[in-house]
Amino acid sequence: MLVDAIVEAIRLAVTRIPDDVVSALRKAYGFEESEIARFNLENILKAVEIGKDGSIPVCQDTGTLTFFVRAGVESPYLRGLEGAIVEAARRATREVPLRPNAVDVLTGKNSGDNTGRFVPVVHWELAEGSEIEMAVLPKGGGSENCSALAMLTPGEGWEGVRRFVLERVRECGGKPCPPVVLGIGVGGGADLSLSLAKRALLRRVGERNPDGRIAEIEAELLEEVNSLGIGPMGMGGRTTALDVKIEVAHRHPASFPVGLIVQCWADRRAFLRIKPDGRVEVWQ
Amino acid sequence: MAVRLRTPLGGEDVLNLRAGDVVHLSGTVYTARDSAHRKILELAGKGELPLDLGGAVIYHCGPVVRKGCGGYEVVSAGPTTSARMNRYLEGILSLGVRGIIGKGGMNPAPFKGRAVYFAFTGGAGSLAAKSIKKVREVLWLDELGTPEAVWVLEVEDFPLLVAIDANGSSLYGR
Repeated sequence: MLVDAIVEAIRLAVTRIPDDVVSALRKAYGFEESEIARFNLENILKAVEIGKDGSIPVCQDTGTLTFFVRAGVESPYLRGLEGAIVEAARRATREVPLRPNAVDVLTGKNSGDNTGRFVPVVHWELAEGSEIEMAVLPKGGGSENCSALAMLTPGEGWEGVRRFVLERVRECGGKPCPPVVLGIGVGGGADLSLSLAKRALLRRVGERNPDGRIAEIEAELLEEVNSLGIGPMGMGGRTTALDVKIEVAHRHPASFPVGLIVQCWADRRAFLRIKPDGRVEVWQ
Repeated sequence: MAVRLRTPLGGEDVLNLRAGDVVHLSGTVYTARDSAHRKILELAGKGELPLDLGGAVIYHCGPVVRKGCGGYEVVSAGPTTSARMNRYLEGILSLGVRGIIGKGGMNPAPFKGRAVYFAFTGGAGSLAAKSIKKVREVLWLDELGTPEAVWVLEVEDFPLLVAIDANGSSLYGR
């Protein structure tokens, strides 16, 4: 039963683009003047409709299945949850279907079912209580290849963050399927900054960081990224990013780590909650 | 107005196209990503390539496929990032390939005088699948896996944008 619910969450994530993303894409379509930018955005909006109506993956890169789990330690469903996630990945691969995307790094052999060493990727967090909350984020390879880490000096600070992000987005051009969503993690260490950056993508497009100072930086950076003119699919235009999300952690006095996760326009996600009585809610 | 073309493409078909033109492509396209390019070039080097790529169109794509009673069906099949295949571009074009479909662009220089780069919108895999009518054949599926195998696809009126033309003119980075 739990496996069924996880399969449904995966199906929802890959076949239905969240409403906040679709409305940002529609807004971009209205805002673009170039015929080529509109050609690409029109295709995107058509693909979104076809995916939703036919319950088929909008993008053929159904990604690396990445889960963020916040598990209440008193939940009776915690035992066996990891096995259920792996089983759901296998079943979703057959049933949705998904593209098998897990490849052995030495032999190059595809496992065929989206499972393998550390795959699906599961980020665990333990919490008080008896509920389990889970987010599924199918992460595409083309955009992930544009992700990067900068170990800045404290002297470079936030101005360095700005320069690093703009330079990286410019360098990647059309490769990550713009208009992109940028997840940025600042502080922590090298590893934490990148995982915060990925987690930032779980926020809705248009939803700012609750800290007003960070929210302001997000809005400024979004405007600057869009002034680069890369545009939909890198063929020029006003919309290079749909949103910028920043999460922070305290840093070491000597370090200023910045993790950047680039997400394609198909900013896919779905959520699931397991109540202590076994009821499950799946939403987006 | 869209230009309608059918594979195999001739020299004049591609030399007349200009960056920004819309083409509706029908006929056969061969999917190929990193591993398939290596395989094709390795076999071609030994004179053992089981394909005639003269006038062919290569599609940088790793589709989602479903195996039904009537064979394979393409469910979703948008383009992958073409820049990864820049290192194989000269080799693949020298086999007579006239068109490459992908996303994000490639080095324009090798296209000059012989081939064009078509862009389809990345991520719009469900829309691209509407233009794919049939899977004719699949090569090296067991060895390379679903995303990297060569899927020989029959397409009809696949709407593409000429993004790099045979003069080397490109829509990227303008």
